[in-house]
Amino acid sequence: MPIVYPHKTEMPCRDPEERRRSWDEVAEGYTVERAIAEARRCLSCQDPVCEQGCPVNVPIRDFVRHVALGDFAGAAAAIRRRNLLPAICGRVCPVEHQCESRCVLATHQDPVGIGRLERYVADWERAHGGGEAAASEVWRDQKVAIVGSGPSGLTVASDLAQLGYPVTIFEALHAFGGVLRYGIPQYRMPKEIVDEDIEHLKALGVEFVRDVIIGKTVTIDQLIDELGYSAVFVGTGAGSPVFMNIPGENLKGIYSANEFLTRVNLMHAYSFPEYDTPVRRPGRAAVIGAGDTAMDAVRCSIRLGAEEAHIVYRRSEVEKGARAEDYERARDEGVIFDWLTLPKRFLGDENGWVRGIECVRTELGEPDESGRRRPVPVPGSEFTMEADIVIIALGTNPNPLVPRTTHGLEVDRHGCIVTDPKTGATSREGVFAGGDIVTGAATVILAMGAGRKAAVAIHEYLQQRTAAHLPDIGRT
Amino acid sequence: MDTTARIIEKRDLTDVTKLFVVHAPLVARNAAPGQFVILRVTETGERIPISITDFSRAAGTITIVIQVAGRTSALACALQPGEEFLDFAGPLGQEVPLPAAGHTVLIGGGFGAGAVFPLARELRSRGVRVTSIIGARTRDLVILADLLGSQSDELHVCTNDGSLGYRGFVTGRLEELLDAGAGFTHCFAVGPMPMMRAVASAARRRRLPAMVSLDPLMVDGTGMCGGCRVSVGGKSLFACVDGPFFDAHQVDFDEADDRLTTYVEQEKLACSLAGLGR
Repeated sequence: MPIVYPHKTEMPCRDPEERRRSWDEVAEGYTVERAIAEARRCLSCQDPVCEQGCPVNVPIRDFVRHVALGDFAGAAAAIRRRNLLPAICGRVCPVEHQCESRCVLATHQDPVGIGRLERYVADWERAHGGGEAAASEVWRDQKVAIVGSGPSGLTVASDLAQLGYPVTIFEALHAFGGVLRYGIPQYRMPKEIVDEDIEHLKALGVEFVRDVIIGKTVTIDQLIDELGYSAVFVGTGAGSPVFMNIPGENLKGIYSANEFLTRVNLMHAYSFPEYDTPVRRPGRAAVIGAGDTAMDAVRCSIRLGAEEAHIVYRRSEVEKGARAEDYERARDEGVIFDWLTLPKRFLGDENGWVRGIECVRTELGEPDESGRRRPVPVPGSEFTMEADIVIIALGTNPNPLVPRTTHGLEVDRHGCIVTDPKTGATSREGVFAGGDIVTGAATVILAMGAGRKAAVAIHEYLQQRTAAHLPDIGRT
Repeated sequence: MDTTARIIEKRDLTDVTKLFVVHAPLVARNAAPGQFVILRVTETGERIPISITDFSRAAGTITIVIQVAGRTSALACALQPGEEFLDFAGPLGQEVPLPAAGHTVLIGGGFGAGAVFPLARELRSRGVRVTSIIGARTRDLVILADLLGSQSDELHVCTNDGSLGYRGFVTGRLEELLDAGAGFTHCFAVGPMPMMRAVASAARRRRLPAMVSLDPLMVDGTGMCGGCRVSVGGKSLFACVDGPFFDAHQVDFDEADDRLTTYVEQEKLACSLAGLGR
């Protein structure tokens, strides 16, 4: 029986003052000693309930046991059985709501640092030249098209390529990775990790095609009817930004989080003028919202030189959506949190630039349909907050390009594609979907979980079709 | 799948305005009048939207007109036949809703003449009468008069200095034609914002339905960023997925014009670093 320490082994982070001006990764990861020490806190439960908290059911107990023994290759192999993007998940999963929330230690002390251990193992594997999945030995001829190269699409591509299907990923932008590329900043997840994972998929034979906007360049109907794809997976994400529809929202200096982060991450605006795409350099930044994207935006604005950076949120700290770790890091970097604050209108200067926000304080009333307590404006509490850049991070709606141009594809009243939750099958035969385009804005790991289910369902669908139409030909 | 975009023909329309015929069969396949492409020239460069001037599904080509306005467009204009655009994504935006009958006036200010050409071609194929008005500061800057003339029942060329055709602005010519009883039923205008605003106001006075093609700042061009939002009829719409053509009588031109100035300072810096005057 190992000696159990009540607290998670600390993960070294760079100093907040230093990182306020740096795009290098904030969290440095465990050392080998710290990883083993943390893994030894695991009780190796008979019934590893933590694994039920993982959307892709990583064999957590097994991999942690390997780490405790110093067998990192074994740990990596265990993770790889279920998760092809562990270096990413180890950095961005909201573990406190998933695996770690189920850890039996968590009732009386800190849970095992599963996310940190996953990251350690994945980084060890990267450093030791691993991570490639074995190429398939069978070769099938039914082509599968994947729309979008974000987390769900990459997962489907990997799973189907390993089963021997020719897979093509279509990406609308000029770089692959979806939200991993345009959304999540370098200091939280270095882009080199995404590059490596994409190289692994290329080595598996996955074809990556950029600059193709499915629904515009080619429709899904054309993929199936003209280009010979037998099945299509739609993983286009929740791409359309939500605005507040309050006065002054189109003043210069007001961005959606999508635009701000895309300029910074995809287009490297932080390196302007070496890179050509600019972004307004903030003096006083106000980010509206308190989810993961809001934390990314506010921490980016600090790194772009903001003297003051605020999170403005109409509810309280309790209701915020952000991951605990990133919230704490934002606080350490000097972000100011204005809880219970609701913007009423944006104020501009004589040149059309935003100069402030008229806000009203709120208090929490009865729970609303989301189960969270509804913010109610307090009469007479109006005040003006100065800001020369405002970033609206209130979520996204599904991108309508695919639903608008695909025959027989059912969407719900929010515009999300309707699927069978077990398989990802849509109302259109041969078309599957998963990730944010189905669920609305969610997490990387949930999108991967949806991709995994869809890959199984696509395989079954294609085998049935083979059996039905071509009974005499041995396909494998 | 081949997504390369190789330049097969280049024409110097003016010193700063170039026409490119690009072999991009995948983009040509679904292209329609009124749409645009987003292109990139260097790994560190911007994504810029460019109107489609012409397309041929049979030949697999897209024709575009680029005018030097900043660093990326300057680099694009320096490309030669045989070279490729680094990225060439499209067709983007909505097909412009064109009438099936009547008498349409098309107005192209400056390099906007290129963007109205596909409308002329489509209208003519529908049997709609087309009058085109194009204009520039001086005769050397008038572009595509031959091409547009071939698809118009009437072509009016205007120059500010009177060096070619009508002396004055395109709106002046438009108003004269309207006053003379031209009987236009529809109007589509593409060009600099002040020109489109003036066309809208002239058309409004005479109750002529009009659409303009807005060219706001864009990043992705696929509806993801909202940077290209414009106020139309009091609603905020995205030019990339809802436009680029909008009802000229509903557009908030002041706001659209002002948003274009967002990065003027940075653009100056980028151009001076690249040794480009503006």
